[in-house]
Amino acid sequence: MIDFAPFLLSFKLAGITTLILFMMAIPFAWWLSQTDSKSKPILEAITALPIVLPPSVLGFYILVVLSPNSALGGFFEDTFGVKLVFSFTGLVVASCFYSLPFMVQPLQNGFESLNTHMLEASYLAGKSKLQTIRHVALPNMKPALITALIITFAHTVGEFGVVLMVGGSIPNETKVASVAIYEMVEVMEYGKAHIYSGVMVAMSFVVLLLVYIFNHKQKKIGIV
Amino acid sequence: MLSIDIRKALHGSQGQMHLDVNIDIKQGEFVVLMGESGSGKTTLLRVLAGLEKAEGEVYVEGNSWTNVPTQQRGIGFVFQDYALFDNMTVEENLLFVKRDEKFARELLELTELTGLSTHHVKSLSGGQKQRVALCRAMMNRPKLLLMDEPLSALDVTMRQILQSEIKKFHKMFGTTTIMVSHDAESAYTLADRIIVLEQGKIMKDGSKDSVLKKEEKIVYTLSS
Repeated sequence: MIDFAPFLLSFKLAGITTLILFMMAIPFAWWLSQTDSKSKPILEAITALPIVLPPSVLGFYILVVLSPNSALGGFFEDTFGVKLVFSFTGLVVASCFYSLPFMVQPLQNGFESLNTHMLEASYLAGKSKLQTIRHVALPNMKPALITALIITFAHTVGEFGVVLMVGGSIPNETKVASVAIYEMVEVMEYGKAHIYSGVMVAMSFVVLLLVYIFNHKQKKIGIV
Repeated sequence: MLSIDIRKALHGSQGQMHLDVNIDIKQGEFVVLMGESGSGKTTLLRVLAGLEKAEGEVYVEGNSWTNVPTQQRGIGFVFQDYALFDNMTVEENLLFVKRDEKFARELLELTELTGLSTHHVKSLSGGQKQRVALCRAMMNRPKLLLMDEPLSALDVTMRQILQSEIKKFHKMFGTTTIMVSHDAESAYTLADRIIVLEQGKIMKDGSKDSVLKKEEKIVYTLSS
């Protein structure tokens, strides 16, 4: 009998992470797309770090920062009674760092690809930056939006190293699908590992296929 | 009355130059700005719209616009590349500026675009797009209408249609208008006054008859 709890936990983690990152990344990606600030390349490099860093390095630093002995971890535990390591909350925080570039970069590219005059026309129509983002920018960059949402979701479902270091493997709390597969291989339950891995491969393929089909259709009808 | 006294360093077609413009424009006047590419015409429009900063002052009816943001200037602006909101229909483009359905219908009727009001702007021809852009610029009944080469991307027939619509709108609404144009014939047809910029400085400023000379076969060129 297949235990679907790790999959459900992976989807829950990916859903919450995607939602949080979406809300945070829109203003940040907009700012990056509009600014000439000297700090822009520094912030872009920091944002992209999770792409090049080994997950163990990232996981190690997140573990250090979130542990109860650190200022941040201690503050959360003392003030809100929330443990940020070996807990689902900690996984969400770690995933937000890990998946940050997968949300920010497509959104920034989307904002940068917009016709500047179109945004200016919105300001000339008396609209604020917020109204312009909501009514003009975002609806005109749907492929970038869909790519950011789906790739962030899929990437979070597939994360392993950071999750293992920050969350460990607590059933129904931090034991997500990728960790479950690792444990099955460790105890040589290859049959189960095949099923879990097959589900992950199929799901990832379907998600990517949907993104490409959507973007292809958008290009065909000329929205891009 | 519009009083402009601005200075701005620019990288023009012939290297570094300074835009230095000091002019008064009467209420309801139709001014055509002419001059070579890179002479500062578009920059002057953008400074008036609040889209770029410059030293000096712009006064409208005695009130300084220095600290007035673009959103509060109540300007109509027609871009060379239309800059329509691609995610909206023709009517939605107009109503986004102001929810005045009666006035939007009136403007679309005047430009014979009523039949296209529910069409997506992506499906329109260049000439139709520019007429929608003109209607959109008029939606907030602007004190000042700025047009950056609105006719240059159009073929001869469409140019003449739009030219007559611009003239019709100016006659009906009496809006103070500044239009950038390379086309001496359009300038002669539309302008009350022509200003010629060269390297950021005003080289000629006067009535169309004093600035343009009529050559054979109704071709107008700049007088020497």
